[in-house]
Amino acid sequence: MSEDLAWIDAALTSARPQAVGALLRYFRDLDTAEEAFQEACLRALRTWPQKGPPRDPAAWLIMVGRNAALDHVRKTARQTELPPEDVISDVDDVETPMAERLDGAHYRDDILRLMFICCHPELPATQQIALALRIVSGLSVRQIARAFLVSEAAMEQRITRAKARIARAEVTFEAPGPAERAERLAAVAAMVYLVFNEGYTAGAEAPDARAGLAGEAIRLARLLLRLFQTEPEIMGLTALVMLQQARAAARFDPEGAAILLEDQDRGLWDRKLISEGLALIDKALRHRRPGPYQVQAAIAALHDRAQSFEDTDWVQIEALYATLEVMTPSPVVTLNRAVAASKARGPAAALELIETLAEPLAGYFYFHGARGAFLLQLGLSAEAREAFDRAIALANTAAEAAHIRGQIDRLTADAAAKAS
Amino acid sequence: MLYALLCYNSEEVVFSWSKAHDDAVMAKLNLVHEKLAAQNKLGPSLRLVPTTAATTLRKTSEPPLVIDGPFAETKEQLLGFYVIDCEDLEGALGVARELAVANPGGAYEIRPVHFFQPGTLPQGTVAG
Repeated sequence: MSEDLAWIDAALTSARPQAVGALLRYFRDLDTAEEAFQEACLRALRTWPQKGPPRDPAAWLIMVGRNAALDHVRKTARQTELPPEDVISDVDDVETPMAERLDGAHYRDDILRLMFICCHPELPATQQIALALRIVSGLSVRQIARAFLVSEAAMEQRITRAKARIARAEVTFEAPGPAERAERLAAVAAMVYLVFNEGYTAGAEAPDARAGLAGEAIRLARLLLRLFQTEPEIMGLTALVMLQQARAAARFDPEGAAILLEDQDRGLWDRKLISEGLALIDKALRHRRPGPYQVQAAIAALHDRAQSFEDTDWVQIEALYATLEVMTPSPVVTLNRAVAASKARGPAAALELIETLAEPLAGYFYFHGARGAFLLQLGLSAEAREAFDRAIALANTAAEAAHIRGQIDRLTADAAAKAS
Repeated sequence: MLYALLCYNSEEVVFSWSKAHDDAVMAKLNLVHEKLAAQNKLGPSLRLVPTTAATTLRKTSEPPLVIDGPFAETKEQLLGFYVIDCEDLEGALGVARELAVANPGGAYEIRPVHFFQPGTLPQGTVAG
């Protein structure tokens, strides 16, 4: 792609959420909105290289897309039933200046609505993610299929089904009230974090697609933050995804095996992303309205700030996990707290914290791995070995199993050393 | 005469550049930087963190008002800037408040910096 076209491509991508969001408000139909945007993009590729990009690419795309779709509707009026005039809002204002027509106050709700329709509660998480990547981010079905390691046809079908589901859902096109807006924002924030985790936890398979998803989540989080500049939880979410993604380059070895936080080369961490994330936490804290994203971001920040694993402020991290336990109680949060507690206060305190987790986390690899490590630190070799064996049986990847096997080898070696 | 060059572009586009693309742009810029530095024409230069990380201290009221986000009014124009070294946002706001007492009216936009080079201009180079 020539440099010119690359610039246009970037401009089209960044204008997409606002443009498709506005077109969805005009036409109240996702397929029509997407087709209108597609048509506008084709015309942009034809005219922008000669005339240069317009001052406001999103406004240009909305105008051109809307006119193209209206032409299409008029031409096919005999075959297709026209939507009632009052549904296609402001059709008659062709003469009003562009700036007025693109009511600035609308666009925030347009983008939020576009993101919100992807978060339909009946859609499973993977479909929400696929839909958001297709509709909001504009990734091709092939790109999304590659990220999910499924065939293009399977992904196409999945997205079509998800679209059919949301077409039946009731989404209001009036500007939402404050309570509804807050609800939508929370759902959308959760969806953005899902996109991030899909990319972040995908392991070493499809590394490019993985990095793409995490990067896309950061872009979506920044977009949300630009729309809701004073929301501390959106600052927290954006900081959280940045502070985690900052470690991406150090998380896998060249063979694709996961590298634990304690063994990572901190020189590979992205200082630019870290400083941006830290700045956002700073801003969020001033509001004194803590929430789960802010607390998780603060935990990630403490890891990122530590010069070495030994320098990590485990006392603070345990305190933050204790706060998170109150905000969003879950066995996994308690387990994470216990890991921090083992560093801050020792293995006995950690074991006490996870006493009640044996049942809810019976099938969870990390629980048995962490428990084994605590027992090992206490010198309870036989119990430790039992926990490690269970962990290996539950390992999701070869790297996880190898890590546990390493600890068992140490146990065996210690036992042999004692015996001799 | 000293000139300030203020860099404008779409941050949405620039901050979605891949690392490779960003590095390539910086490498090209660095060639120009080096040439300018050799001629003693280069003062401090920096790259700012996106406006989403910005905070604005409005100093038209007493006490000044802290607002999330970049300075957005069009009635006032950019008249200069400081580079300050502080522990965190509170520290930077403290400095801004102190400056606001000395020079009320207008606003200070506080933007974290993620790249800074001091340049080679000799100290005391003056305007004019």
